[in-house]
Amino acid sequence: MRFRRRQGLRLEGLIEAGLALAAFLAVAVTLGIAGTLLWEALPFFREIGVAPLFGTEWAPLFAAPRYGLLPLLSGTLVITAIALLVSVPVGTILAIYLSEYAPSRAREILKPALELLSAVPTVVYGYFALLFVTPLLRRFLPDLGAFNMLSAGLVMGLMIVPYVSSLAEDAMRSVPMALREASYAMGATRLETSVRVVVPAAFSGLVSAYVLAVSRAVGETMVVAIAAGMQPNLSLDPRDPAQTVTSYIVQVTLGDLPHGSIGYQTIFVAGLSLFFVTLAFNIGGHFLRRRYREAY
Amino acid sequence: MSFESTLTVRVRRWRDRAFLALSLLCLALSLVALAALVGDLASNGLPRIDRAFLTSFPSRFASEAGLLAAWVGSLFVILVTAALAIPIGIAAGVYLEEYAPKNLWTNCLEVAMANLAGVPSIVFGLMALGLFVYRFGLGQSVLTAGLTLGLLVLPIVVVATRESLRAIPGYIREASFAVGGSKWQTIRHHVLPYSTGGILTGVIVAVSRALGETAPLVTVGALTFITFLPTSVMDPFTVLPIQMFNWVSRPQEDFHANAAAAGVLLLLLTLSLNGVALCLRYRSRKRVHW
Repeated sequence: MRFRRRQGLRLEGLIEAGLALAAFLAVAVTLGIAGTLLWEALPFFREIGVAPLFGTEWAPLFAAPRYGLLPLLSGTLVITAIALLVSVPVGTILAIYLSEYAPSRAREILKPALELLSAVPTVVYGYFALLFVTPLLRRFLPDLGAFNMLSAGLVMGLMIVPYVSSLAEDAMRSVPMALREASYAMGATRLETSVRVVVPAAFSGLVSAYVLAVSRAVGETMVVAIAAGMQPNLSLDPRDPAQTVTSYIVQVTLGDLPHGSIGYQTIFVAGLSLFFVTLAFNIGGHFLRRRYREAY
Repeated sequence: MSFESTLTVRVRRWRDRAFLALSLLCLALSLVALAALVGDLASNGLPRIDRAFLTSFPSRFASEAGLLAAWVGSLFVILVTAALAIPIGIAAGVYLEEYAPKNLWTNCLEVAMANLAGVPSIVFGLMALGLFVYRFGLGQSVLTAGLTLGLLVLPIVVVATRESLRAIPGYIREASFAVGGSKWQTIRHHVLPYSTGGILTGVIVAVSRALGETAPLVTVGALTFITFLPTSVMDPFTVLPIQMFNWVSRPQEDFHANAAAAGVLLLLLTLSLNGVALCLRYRSRKRVHW
């Protein structure tokens, strides 16, 4: 009996160690990503340095290469801004509706329907942006190019709406009922209760939803690669085509890429900037989310 | 909005209704956009789908090109992905929820997990290119692709596992401990079986996400013109979304119809998988009353 028990204990320990190892993989992968990006980008910094990155022209594969990241950043910025202009207001309004207005039966049907929007593969959204939304927009804006930032941004916004609305709704639903009841007891309408009681109480949760949405938009690839064209273009006009940090990586890796060449190194430089920007947003969003979870 | 007390009740009520109308409008717009997307793909793609389309290799001629290599490739890659993400994801979820003590170390694990869920998929592709393709010498193979997607969807499985474990009340565990069950016996015979529904939902969502993922596989170096089927995990590959990306990036309209047809298949797969997941979640929530 004693023997069996000791064996059992050893098994328990082994299992716990195995499970811990699986969880440790998350840390290992994070370190693996950061390490690989740094390692592969390092030769670039050693050879070319950091200063050329602030130039206004991005043409790393030309005979006279230019390494200014600004055109890629402007493309990323404009498209992210358009996407957020769509997804933040629409996502927030939908979250308020689902959490404060909708009867529970309507919510049970509408929430899954919205979630289907986020299940559509991004390459399909890219097709939709290029071959449906752009032709549609061209009826109203005749000088719109076949590739443009506007349609990519709008479709990306649509894609992020369910993401924002579900995170924001989670935050609002975790606000205790007593706060709402107090507000209703004072004679407030649903809108007044939502805007003046629920939204302020869920504020850090809402901000975390927006922060995670930014990170999503910055890192989104396929919609941009398909619908926004692939020319680096220092322009803030949404009707222009542009290249983003992500679609540059796609363009380069689509071609034949010798390991260790300068083109190969530049995609890791691009990836490194992407990783650190999204890392900052993700960790910020994570802590904001935890704050509202612990508040009540 | 700031001085409600000075407004008449009628104005305040009207504002309330106006907001309701606005939110219904937003809802309708989102759903109409989804309908337009599905409708547009279906009207352009459905006529293209026939037996030959599913059993032909890619071709320079749009009308002869088919999806065979792509869907077989997708199947291979998904099998590798599932073999990695499901066991490790569930194990990590069980550890974080049932075993992990609250200390700095597990806090790091939590942050790393939250960050992984938000790292852009293309960055996973870059890591795979540097690490799997070159450093480990796995090449641009099915194995590389499957591992990449497996790591990418791992957080989905972990989060789903943790949420369904958290939903199981403490007294179930206490009852098992009270009759002498060890920690692992409790988890193995009670906690895990009762949370199967939630975990399965997460697994299905993860598989559907991996099926539609394009960017990391472009980075890893998936080919678009393959005229043979993979026979082992070390073979080069293409997958459905890559094939669709290739067709949609061509200027010829004929290829756009092919892209739409590939899109219809992709949508059919991902939406039906998500539908199954939703049903499962709904049912397991309805059926179990603790």
